[in-house]
Amino acid sequence: MSRHHVSTQVNGRVYEREVESRLLLSDFLRHELGLTGTHVGCEHGVCGACTVLLDGQPVRSCLLFAVQADGRQLATVEGLALSSEEMHPMQNAFRDAHALQCGFCTAGILMSMVTFLEENRDPTEAEVRSALSGNLCRCTGYQHIVDAVLLTAERMRKRSA
Amino acid sequence: MKPPPFEYLAPATLDEALELLAEKGGEAKVLAGGQSLVPVLNFRLAQPAFLVDINGLDELDYIEVEADGSLRIGAMTRQRRLELDPRIPLRAPLLAATMPLIAHPQIRNRGTVGGSLAHADPSGELPVAAVALDAEFVLRSHSRRGERVVPATDFFEGLMTTALAEDELLCECRVPAAPPGTGWAFREVARRHGDYAHAGLAARLTLADDGKIVSARLVYLSAGEVPMSAPRACAMLEGEEPSEGLFAEAASTAARDEIDPSDDIHATAAFKRHLAEALTRRALAIALDRARAA
Ligand SMILES: Cc1cc2nc3c(=O)[nH]c(=O)nc-3n(C[C@H](O)[C@H](O)[C@H](O)COP(=O)(O)OP(=O)(O)OC[C@H]3O[C@@H](n4cnc5c(N)ncnc54)[C@H](O)[C@@H]3O)c2cc1C
Ligand code: FES
Ligand code: FES
Repeated sequence: MSRHHVSTQVNGRVYEREVESRLLLSDFLRHELGLTGTHVGCEHGVCGACTVLLDGQPVRSCLLFAVQADGRQLATVEGLALSSEEMHPMQNAFRDAHALQCGFCTAGILMSMVTFLEENRDPTEAEVRSALSGNLCRCTGYQHIVDAVLLTAERMRKRSA
Repeated sequence: MKPPPFEYLAPATLDEALELLAEKGGEAKVLAGGQSLVPVLNFRLAQPAFLVDINGLDELDYIEVEADGSLRIGAMTRQRRLELDPRIPLRAPLLAATMPLIAHPQIRNRGTVGGSLAHADPSGELPVAAVALDAEFVLRSHSRRGERVVPATDFFEGLMTTALAEDELLCECRVPAAPPGTGWAFREVARRHGDYAHAGLAARLTLADDGKIVSARLVYLSAGEVPMSAPRACAMLEGEEPSEGLFAEAASTAARDEIDPSDDIHATAAFKRHLAEALTRRALAIALDRARAA
């Protein structure tokens, strides 16, 4: 069985490990690095719970092998807060708008929506719903998630105005 | 839900990749974006001994616009990159409209043009667009076959089966420039944006100076084992003055007699035919408006 050396930056910190070629990136993050904020729901790309940023772009970590992250930069939900005191504006908005119940889907949604708002600072509700189509939530019925994303966008626009 | 063990190989050049494929033959699988292959491995529907990861082949990641307006798209071009390239809406608007229909941005960030074509899922949008656009594919191998160019219509041979040999790589997709007076539309019905669609089609109409239809293309997804063309419906359109009545007749012929959808857990074949007929009428009306404005 082939093993490979992986050196990857996650949330700005470099990690080096020896991994089996078949190790999924999602399992690498959770089991090798202990970064369990990234969740695993379906392992076939459908639910979005495992979404992380690979070189700044949201991707499914369950559809990548850890060896493919060698030399790349990853961002996970653990790196989203601005500091140990200050949450990311989207995390605050999720709390304020009651956008999570069990929280299983939340990390994947945050990682997807943070990049979505970078590309679209002033989205319509329909655009937010369409952007959320790649993430499943079994609890909220989505309305509060949509509200939270719109609230984040509004607060971030005000802040930079 | 974990992939079976395999040997991971990451060639740095096309030459190396072709050499590995020649050497390993049927024991190796090509790994492009992994958005279809990794689920297959996670479900253990395939157990290849070797994965040849072609993500390092930067030489297959390009979008070139030729002097005659045709496009050359490298197989490793990410679907999202093609979607966002500002030249595509001008050069191949049907292709530009197709890309956002494929899955979700998170999938398109990894999924490649070559992977979607080589995977040849009859529910996929890109194979349908490629057939409607008269695209051609460049295949390469280290065998006697060398390099060959295969038209999209011949490439899709059966359910997830293509003209690709085991040691061959799909390297490039070539899209010819549309003739003047061409209009197009891609219409589909899915349960949710980004899901595989129950029914859908790419339509293309080219009008002569006198307003008559000189050529028509109708290609359907989720309608058989391959992207399904509707030659009889197209023959009904060609040479005629476009009209709502003519479009309705062609839509009915295509949906009732030419496509071959099957029942699945989400929709019956009869419902898919119903959708295909309605979508064809709408797509032809939109294509006509665009052809007249072109
Ligand atoms: C949740 C989800 C939803 C999706 N929804 C849609 C959808 O609505 N519409 C749609 O069309 N697709 C959809 N897809 C599939 C997606 O578009 C895939 O990206 C695509 O089908 C495969 O591209 P890939 O680059 O990921 O290929 P891979 O998964 O890496 O490969 C797919 C197959 O093609 C072979 N292959 C890849 N590249 C080459 C090459 N250059 N030469 C020879 N063989 C090659 C591989 O060996 C493998 O057999 C979805 C996927 C997911 C996970
Ligand atoms: S666990 Fe990756 S998409 Fe569901
Ligand atoms: S909050 Fe429970 S799945 Fe979304």
